[in-house]
Amino acid sequence: MNWKRAASASIVAVPIILLLGYGMTRDPKEIPSPLPGREAPAFSLAVFAEGVGAQRRAVGDTVRLAEHAGEVVVLNFWASWCLACRDEHSALSAVSEAYAPKGVQFYGMLYNDVPANGTRWISQMGGQSYPSLEDPRTRTAIDYGLYGVPETFFVGRDGRVAYKHVGPISAVVLARKLDSLLALPGPSRPSGGRPVGEPVGEPVGEPARSVAVPRAGR
Amino acid sequence: MSRRTSQGASTNRRHDFGTRQVRSLLVAVLVTATAVSAPASLPAQAGEVVTSRNVTLEERTRDVASQLRCPVCQGNSIQDSPSELAQEMKGVVRDQLAAGKTPDEVRQYFVDKYGEWILLEPKASGFNLVVYLLPLVGVLVGGVIIWRSVKKWTAEPAVAEGAAVEPGAVDRGHAP
Repeated sequence: MNWKRAASASIVAVPIILLLGYGMTRDPKEIPSPLPGREAPAFSLAVFAEGVGAQRRAVGDTVRLAEHAGEVVVLNFWASWCLACRDEHSALSAVSEAYAPKGVQFYGMLYNDVPANGTRWISQMGGQSYPSLEDPRTRTAIDYGLYGVPETFFVGRDGRVAYKHVGPISAVVLARKLDSLLALPGPSRPSGGRPVGEPVGEPVGEPARSVAVPRAGR
Repeated sequence: MSRRTSQGASTNRRHDFGTRQVRSLLVAVLVTATAVSAPASLPAQAGEVVTSRNVTLEERTRDVASQLRCPVCQGNSIQDSPSELAQEMKGVVRDQLAAGKTPDEVRQYFVDKYGEWILLEPKASGFNLVVYLLPLVGVLVGGVIIWRSVKKWTAEPAVAEGAAVEPGAVDRGHAP
């Protein structure tokens, strides 16, 4: 009779323990994004920090994602109040400079911050090789399903979000992802609107690590 | 007895008559007041229509916002969260509703951006059904366990008592 009780208890307990065990392996703060593989949300934002070299854009210029059809674009959401953004700044600036001749365009996307603070921060950090755009009322950030900074999105030549990286990104990961995207063939359509192709292959790189989220009630 | 009944009925009739009179008087007063004040109250009514539209939009915004999870606080809805991102998301909800989108379309916009995680109450379909059915299964299984345990606990002492009683005593109980 006892073995029957033990079997009944196991049938109930084992799935619960397995479910709890599975839950322990997951980071509750990590939100799975549905964006990779989908068309990158369009935006039209003003430049507030011009960048340098080949990627320079004048302050006040309006940047549209549609301008970069057929190119690989990296969008890095950041803020001056974000400590983790400091960790990735030099890597982003260096890799952006190195990949500019290959046709990769980087943009900084200011999140939940004011341009004056952003400009000051860039100056304190020793400059930035790529332009930064202001995102009034965080509409573009919400369009990209952002929940904290830093977050980096890679848009492939087909106009789709190829990968989303949560947390500070390293030069190695940046280069690996960019190489994989540049190795893929370009869009089938030569010009006109957002090209629609097959979703890019399995993204490569490190899993997301940490993300700074704005404090509630700031 | 019958006189008392007829007196009672008469009192009730008088009472009914009085109530009817008061009601008619009130209706007359209300109709007159409305007729007199109608031209003066027209501009105010126009203003009230705009206000009520805003109130409706605000109510609908609150309703949708209370169903969406705040990405910063995660345990709160964007309606309850004080974070700036939640407030901006609530602004998106308001803007989309004002632009004519239905609450379902607004919810779908956020699901497209953040995944189903953004919904505080997951959709009752597919694997999500487990969330809704598991508590029910738990209650049913628990109910069966409790029912069987209670049956067992109440049955065992009766058997023990029966075993303790001598057969002769039982026979005596059944004797005429």
